[in-house]
Amino acid sequence: MSESDRKDTSEQADFRQHARDWLVANPVAEPGERLPQTPLEIMTEGQLGYLQAWQKAAYDAGLVGCDYPEEVGGGGRKDCQRVANEEMMRAKTPFMPNVIGLGMAAPTVFYHGQEALKQRLLPRLFSGEDIWCQGFSEPGAGSDLASVQTFAERKGEKWVINGHKVWTSLAHFAEWMIILLRTDKSHKYEGLSYFVVPIRAELGNSVTVRPLIKITGETGFNEVIFDNLEIDDSYRLDELGKGWQVAMTTLLHERGAGELVTPRSGGLKSKSSHANNTSSLIELARNTVRNGATAAQDPLLRDRIMQMVIREKAFEFSQRRSRVPALQDHPMRLPLQNKLIMSEIAQENASLALDVEGAGATLYLGDENAPAGGQWPLSYLNSFGFTIAAGTSEVQRNILGERVLGMAKSK
Amino acid sequence: MTQPKNFGFGEEAALLKESARKFFGENFPTDMLHNMVAGDPTPERMSDCHWNSKLWQQMVDLGWTVLAIPEEQGGVGMPAVAVAGLVEELGRAAFPCPLLPTLSATYILTACGSGGAAALEEIADGSTATLVMVNQQGSWTCTDTPLVETEGKLSGTAWYVQEARKVDRLLVCARSDVGYSLYWVDSDTKGVTISPDAIVDLTRDQAHIHFDQVQVTPVNSNAMAVLEEAFPAIWTLYAADMVGAAEWQLQTTVEYVNARQQFDKPLGFFQAVKHPLVNVMVEIDEAKSLVYNAACAIDSEPEKARQYAHMAKASASDAAAFASNRSVQFHGGIGFTWECFLHLYFKRQKHSQILWGDGPWHRAKLADVLLGEVA
Repeated sequence: MSESDRKDTSEQADFRQHARDWLVANPVAEPGERLPQTPLEIMTEGQLGYLQAWQKAAYDAGLVGCDYPEEVGGGGRKDCQRVANEEMMRAKTPFMPNVIGLGMAAPTVFYHGQEALKQRLLPRLFSGEDIWCQGFSEPGAGSDLASVQTFAERKGEKWVINGHKVWTSLAHFAEWMIILLRTDKSHKYEGLSYFVVPIRAELGNSVTVRPLIKITGETGFNEVIFDNLEIDDSYRLDELGKGWQVAMTTLLHERGAGELVTPRSGGLKSKSSHANNTSSLIELARNTVRNGATAAQDPLLRDRIMQMVIREKAFEFSQRRSRVPALQDHPMRLPLQNKLIMSEIAQENASLALDVEGAGATLYLGDENAPAGGQWPLSYLNSFGFTIAAGTSEVQRNILGERVLGMAKSK
Repeated sequence: MTQPKNFGFGEEAALLKESARKFFGENFPTDMLHNMVAGDPTPERMSDCHWNSKLWQQMVDLGWTVLAIPEEQGGVGMPAVAVAGLVEELGRAAFPCPLLPTLSATYILTACGSGGAAALEEIADGSTATLVMVNQQGSWTCTDTPLVETEGKLSGTAWYVQEARKVDRLLVCARSDVGYSLYWVDSDTKGVTISPDAIVDLTRDQAHIHFDQVQVTPVNSNAMAVLEEAFPAIWTLYAADMVGAAEWQLQTTVEYVNARQQFDKPLGFFQAVKHPLVNVMVEIDEAKSLVYNAACAIDSEPEKARQYAHMAKASASDAAAFASNRSVQFHGGIGFTWECFLHLYFKRQKHSQILWGDGPWHRAKLADVLLGEVA
């Protein structure tokens, strides 16, 4: 039994059947090369092309953007994206490459963009034809996001952008960027404005994208330098000086606490891909011998594995509880925990897997003797991307302490 | 079988929880609790049995002891999620009373089938009961019971009996000629000696009970199966009590760190205080979701009830320990004093954490289910 079997509305039930039928009739072919663990480490055109083809097919089948209105390329349904996600998860389809677009840009453009802009941008975002990236962090603005300095100077109906963004995932493939810019140097928060900017066409001219290498050895994120990039004022979202409020819409959705459910797909189909969850952990423990018995028989490891299982289950049940108002003390108390808990569970799970592997955990992706193909050390290293990105765990704890528990602001 | 999306926590359950919260809030604020149970700080004190039996009678009259008894047996037949909601509020108030043992007894007696009917009728008429089963080493496994029944006579000494001085009936598990059986015994029967324990927790009473050739008749002669069926509910209710008490600890501590100023700032400004309190909240929320899931499984997914209850009790026990620890620490000097109410919850949580299996105990049992037993 699974979450998906719990009672659907009639629209959800019909849609679920459609999704299920389509997914059975249209199995996804295996990829030609090793896929990364998440879309944020897509390194080659081959990986990207394979994943874009999948996203386009899913969009054409109505499984992406289900809850957005039809006018902007959505499905015009009510609370069906969750259903599509569950069915894609069940079918173990690959993940979608346009993850920043779907999770952050789409809701932000939808809530704050002008109608014409939405109609122009969202269909190609949903289909994955246009990849999106996010220009928030800068070398001098990390956890203190509102101190961004990349500047947009007004020239008639145009803006001229100069500055330096960093940790920009997918910028090397991106057509568009959502970007937080300073339009007034005299006010920290009210001096910020929010734009969408086309970066692809200006690559090598006024836009430079330089890849950064992660601790895993993979690329996927970049620094992006703007040198007099000119854009039209029609690319502004919401009013001048409202950039911080618009950014909150982005962040709320990025942290899984927004109104619109992000289209999400499994990513577990390929043999070369890897699920960082307790089922994989238990399988690993059963197949790893330590001190003459399997790790699954070691009393200390059993206790730690059960702690992980319990946390993972608790998170699953909290998703359900977050939709039962009578069982909540504060409406944002559970949603604002999502990103913190998800990223820390993933980190602890991978870390425990390395303890289970023992000596085998010294072997990495290139070693043919590495247990699970060396994916667990990769998972553990990679997990820091998630406890740091989108507001570090420390920032998340500030937000929870201040907004939910009402403690004094730490800034 | 599948669980409903809302855990089956419907309007009736929400009303019950709300009314329980009001009942305790209006009738029994924490200062009243402290006045009642914390009169004697002497470490060597003998445990008194302080409780408000008039308020308890109101709770009985409200039908709270018969919530889990099926309607056809004179009860209210509420789902376990509703009962868990009530018990969460009981824990929040740290209310001294025999509700948990009596509710536990109703789950056991209901699982007894027809043999339990007469005893359930007595509870429906206002009787209270507690399970008597544990040996001096504190084993939570019924086959370790120190009590023996031969030819209708019960002998031996059982330990860690909860609320022994507040209840009028004992639900006894003993080894018998046919295996392990359950018996329903009046606590003032001849040959029953109740010896109170001097315990840490001020909101409960506990005793060891000696049986000297006590005349008994079994209500059920397959205690292992009956308790296997009933224990998930018992674990889940103790977990619910801890979740409610931990929420009180969290909110009380947050209030204090928002008010108390040092270095010209409220304590909650400092991340060394703020972040651990967020961690307490996260642990409570995990335990709470596990509690309602486990309760819902008892109602509508019984094949999973056992493993989900292990998860709930393990998680709530750890959350209780953590909330207790941080609540006292963040109150600083005042938190270390007898006059501050925190210690009442600190001690109740420790007691609940241990009862019917602590975190490691439940995780070991869960591992046997999910990973297989170790030979």
